[in-house]
Amino acid sequence: MDVTQSHEPVHQPVQEPQAQAHQQHQQHPIGLYVKVWIALFVLSTMSYLVDYYQFHGLLRWGLIIMLMLIKAGLIVAVFMHMAWERLALACAILLPPLCLLVLVALMAIEADQMLLTHGLFFR
Amino acid sequence: MSASWANPLSARRSAEAAAADRVVGRAVAAGAPAGWRGLIADWSSDRQAFKVSWGKAMMWIFLLSDTFVFSCFLTGYMTVRTGSAVPWPNASHVFSLNIGGTELPLLLIAIMTFVLITSSGTMAMGVNFAYRRDRVNAATMMILTAGLGETFVGMQAFEWTKLILEGVRPWGNPMGAAQFGSSFFMITGFHGLHVTIGVIYLLTVAVRLLRGRYEKTGNYQIVEIAGLYWHFVDLVWVFIFALFYLW
Repeated sequence: MDVTQSHEPVHQPVQEPQAQAHQQHQQHPIGLYVKVWIALFVLSTMSYLVDYYQFHGLLRWGLIIMLMLIKAGLIVAVFMHMAWERLALACAILLPPLCLLVLVALMAIEADQMLLTHGLFFR
Repeated sequence: MSASWANPLSARRSAEAAAADRVVGRAVAAGAPAGWRGLIADWSSDRQAFKVSWGKAMMWIFLLSDTFVFSCFLTGYMTVRTGSAVPWPNASHVFSLNIGGTELPLLLIAIMTFVLITSSGTMAMGVNFAYRRDRVNAATMMILTAGLGETFVGMQAFEWTKLILEGVRPWGNPMGAAQFGSSFFMITGFHGLHVTIGVIYLLTVAVRLLRGRYEKTGNYQIVEIAGLYWHFVDLVWVFIFALFYLW
């Protein structure tokens, strides 16, 4: 987690909104990428260990989802440079997938119905 | 209707106004580009919403649409898995490797994950070299990334072969719920297809970079755009790893 803080000084806010200024502001030291790479390595190892030590229940789920979201956040923010893009682009790309939560919720309800009918008719 | 009938003067004035509008309209149309360029110019009305190149904006929008495709697969998988009355095969055992008599759970998947993360790291460095206009190093990093990607696909082919030999089919398997096979082949197959396309894409851009195709314009942004695609492939794997293999 301290990796996300250590690259904070590298963040250079966009000085000029012009597209021409875009190319200049995205120069980061290679060290930043190495740090994120190590962080992803450690996080992957941790999620592997969740399986290795056979955690169960809410602990397993919480750890898996948390590690997944941190890894995804690091990839999108640093590797894909979303942290240095303008808010308009970030909102246009990152907000629409939130609709998927509705789909997941609906399908979770549907899956419970399926399980119920399977239990009733295919015993 | 009766008003214009009763007042022909006002009717004539409005006709004149309409004619004048048509003249102005024709003048505007003559100044603006015609055809598809005109359509785009009219709809964007001289405004640009995203202050990035069109290539980068379109790659992001493509990746957004691809996010929905993969999410539909993963949501479908969640539905059949939760809705199945037959127990789901234990991924920890199904994907274990037997090395020297000891069974190591999910070992191959863990190695695949590390290979893909490493390829993402080398790609990020390639993009960084492209910003510094160091085209030889940028192309080298891209070729290295493509090599790691191909390694990943090779290991996936090994995994598929192993499971097929163990009797896993899209319509059934000896370990448990029949939907396991269809979910597995669909999700990992579609991801593997993305990796394969990414390898071809990266090699194409790397070769073009080395041949000096982008020297005329001096614009190396294609490396960053290819990089966005590659990181997305890694991003999707993060979700597949967590939701398919660890659940």
